[in-house]
Amino acid sequence: MLINWSQFTPWSALGGGAVIGMAVALLVLMNGRIAGISGIVGGLLKRQKGDMGWRVAFISGLVVAPLVWQLFTALPAVRIDGSYAVMAIAGLVVGIGTRYGSGCTSGHGVCGLSRLSQRSMIATLVFMGAGFATVYVIGHIFQI
Amino acid sequence: MVNITAWVSGLIFGLGLILAGMANPGKVLAFLDVAGAWDPSLALVMAGAIAVGSVAFAMADKRGRSYLGLPMNLPASRVIDKRLVLGSLAFGMGWGLAGICPGPALVLLGSGSVKGMVFVAAMLLGMGIFEILERRRFTDFFRIRKLHNDIASAVSGSPPSHGQTGYVKK
Repeated sequence: MLINWSQFTPWSALGGGAVIGMAVALLVLMNGRIAGISGIVGGLLKRQKGDMGWRVAFISGLVVAPLVWQLFTALPAVRIDGSYAVMAIAGLVVGIGTRYGSGCTSGHGVCGLSRLSQRSMIATLVFMGAGFATVYVIGHIFQI
Repeated sequence: MVNITAWVSGLIFGLGLILAGMANPGKVLAFLDVAGAWDPSLALVMAGAIAVGSVAFAMADKRGRSYLGLPMNLPASRVIDKRLVLGSLAFGMGWGLAGICPGPALVLLGSGSVKGMVFVAAMLLGMGIFEILERRRFTDFFRIRKLHNDIASAVSGSPPSHGQTGYVKK
């Protein structure tokens, strides 16, 4: 294993993680809800009366975050290697997969693990493993 | 008030993702590339989030209701089934393909990235497909149950019962 120390950003990673944890804390302690993004977005599509407001509010907060960030400083550079076709396929698979799996990196990976949920531990191991395997197959076997 | 706290939570979540580097698909893929020049940063994002999150959930578990008086809506399922595993497998593959998961996708959308928009549109389509398939599964369940009852009553000669017990026991 070769660690790329030049790209390693431990403090912003830990700090950013802690900030994410604070958002999770706020939502569960105030609204009694899990900050699982796929669940919050997916729940919108059920169109249940009385259950829409907080979802729309949370998502709009998330979407305006880069705009609020830009009020203070420039956004960090972003690299998206995948083509539009890759975005479409990956988005579709992520949409279906997170709904069948009842969660994503936030719902299972952060909230579920924080609650020591066995279900979330399995889910996290599976999607992390699948992520590692996919990158390995694409990058090192097919060398795309 | 409920919507304000939800909005602030979403905003803080998004700012955390940007600070952490999670909103940069290139960095996420560098984390997932353990056989390449590995960038372990994102493991620390999870560690930081869980450190704060576990305190919050420990507090939440002691409360019947939230500080705003809402019921604690925490998942109670403990089932580990094919849906959980295969769904997570598919999600992980999509994540490894683009380096984008649902939260960062919405942040990319807000930062005006066209690729982020394509990803979000496709993700919503995928979630919509799930919703349609789930609804069909649900109606199929009731249709099959009714069919069972009809057959059972035809065989026994008693009038069909479509009560809550479901199956007619003879």
